[in-house]
Amino acid sequence: MPVSQKAIFHLQSLDRWKAKTRRSKRFLQSREPKLTEGQKSSMIIRGGNSSETVSQALKDVYALKKPNAVLYKRKNMVRPFDDSTALEFFSKKSDCSLFLFGSHNKKRPNNLIFGRMFDFHVLDMFELGIERFVSLRDVKTDTCPEGTKPLLVFAGELFETDREHQRLRNLLTDFFCGPRVSAVRLAGLEHVLHFTALEGKIYMRSYKVLLKKSGCRTPRIQLQDMGPSFDFVMRRNHMASDDLYKTAHRQPRGVKPKKKKNISHDAFGTRLGRLHMQKQDLDKLQTRKMKGLRKRRGEQTAETAAAAAKAPRTDE
Amino acid sequence: MASCSIEDVLAKAERDEAEKLKGITVNKELDLEFDPGNLLAFDKNRIDTREFKDNKREDFIRSLARDNTQLLINEMWKLPTERVEEIIVAKLPDPSTPLPREKPAPKPKPPTKWEQFAKLKGIQKKKKTNLVWDEVHKEWRRRWGYKRAKDDTKEWLIEVPENADPSEHQFAKRNKAKKERVAKNEYNRLKNIARAQKIKVPGMGLAPTPRQPKAELAQAVNVAKISTASVGKFQDNLPKEKTPKNTGKKRKFQPLIGDFSSEKQKQLDLLKVMDSKKPRLDITKAVNKQMREEDRESAQKSKKGFGKKGRRGNMSGKGKGKAGGKGKAPKGKGRKPHMKQGKR
Repeated sequence: MPVSQKAIFHLQSLDRWKAKTRRSKRFLQSREPKLTEGQKSSMIIRGGNSSETVSQALKDVYALKKPNAVLYKRKNMVRPFDDSTALEFFSKKSDCSLFLFGSHNKKRPNNLIFGRMFDFHVLDMFELGIERFVSLRDVKTDTCPEGTKPLLVFAGELFETDREHQRLRNLLTDFFCGPRVSAVRLAGLEHVLHFTALEGKIYMRSYKVLLKKSGCRTPRIQLQDMGPSFDFVMRRNHMASDDLYKTAHRQPRGVKPKKKKNISHDAFGTRLGRLHMQKQDLDKLQTRKMKGLRKRRGEQTAETAAAAAKAPRTDE
Repeated sequence: MASCSIEDVLAKAERDEAEKLKGITVNKELDLEFDPGNLLAFDKNRIDTREFKDNKREDFIRSLARDNTQLLINEMWKLPTERVEEIIVAKLPDPSTPLPREKPAPKPKPPTKWEQFAKLKGIQKKKKTNLVWDEVHKEWRRRWGYKRAKDDTKEWLIEVPENADPSEHQFAKRNKAKKERVAKNEYNRLKNIARAQKIKVPGMGLAPTPRQPKAELAQAVNVAKISTASVGKFQDNLPKEKTPKNTGKKRKFQPLIGDFSSEKQKQLDLLKVMDSKKPRLDITKAVNKQMREEDRESAQKSKKGFGKKGRRGNMSGKGKGKAGGKGKAPKGKGRKPHMKQGKR
């Protein structure tokens, strides 16, 4: 029976992908949610009015975050704290979940908003004002190659005690941490980002790590000033509600590795295993047969004749 | 030798060790929290605000950073290392800071109709080779797609089969068959998607489309008629409308995957029948067939010359038993009582 073309016609609205080529299908597949996620991309957006400081700051952060970042240099009349739909639209189009929005006006000079998205809706946003900024251009030292995974150091008890600082610490880790790797080249740990929190201000410094010889295997560290350095002051923020935050952390089933049972390690590092046996009948155990101890034929018959039949044969 | 006592040697060794480690030890009040998976370190110590004055600020921060980085590097050097192509690489553990996901976790897709069937029957996927040998072109070609091995559509010669209409266009027939197969596949794929998304799709003829055929319209009308609370019992017919009598299934088939034991039993019985030498005879069926045959012949005879092309010939059932019976019963009026006898 020929299938009616009309039957296909009204079912086609269900096929939401509508990928007509193999290449577009691969592209759409790469944007689908996955079990273990790769690196997050970030979009760096310039706001309605921005000063020299802000523009340079955005360019520097873009240089740090290349290649997983997009820089939108044109002016975008967006107010993230009032209306975040424009940001969400950008995020959906460019498939970026982290954003940095820079703007400048009289009320809030040199404003940077760091934020992240979950399912293309705003999760957290933190507004930081730049008080002092030293750009990459002004520091005339050689920088480390693009895309190095930086070491992150947070200092200050505020990052532990204050709830907003805790969330900011999480956000900054997410923003700057880079791709998730299983192994790292020890000589390649060149870049360190250091955040200090003190009295409502955050000092961000970026250094190049020089590994010097020391007496033992672990090298001695010397730091060299590199890269952008910011003095931030905390302004407004928008933090996600607790349940949304929890939902965002929910991991799918397949991710956690299954624990292998009955394996343990003792103090020396030897691997011990545990076997569970059924109950054994010790009378019917098969043990080693000592051939030499076996009694010879002649002696045997004499013995059996002499001894009673009930005497057990110990070696057989 | 006597002057160097054991304690002196040990003390000297300790001092040497301390010297070595001097370069890399850092004294802190509280230990740092480390997350080697993310290359992260967190220093909880209080920062002395006195040292944080304007002129000395940069140096203070730099020294603090240096100390913290030193501790982090110490931690990194404690990780297990391995050699990958002459480079020493440290294996990182899983990151311990929980970071939120980008998108919600993917939901597992419900299996398609074929996947359900395969799972039930226990059919495994067979790994197929990428290329297939093509005899015609004498080369390895891909199994399907562009320039595939056995391409039906590219044949320049199709033999007309014996029982086919000579004026039929064989190439067009092939193309049409292919189009139908493609359409059927597409239809099934979309149905699978609809089932996965749990969207109910209206059946044939019920979703309005331009230019519906008469059959679909009739079906739509019938469905609309019985879509009342009392299943169309009190719906009056239109002036010339006839109530359709043959609703429901004409034949009932067993489900495809049902009782495995009964299926097995049926197959074994079938084999037994095929194996046995005696022919199996269904008397009722044979008799009915015979009766129909004879009715037809008599009708043909009564119509002088304008009878339908009756099918002559021996249409008796399987077996020699009936042939004998037919031979005995004369064609004529006396046959009915014989038939009754046969039925018994």
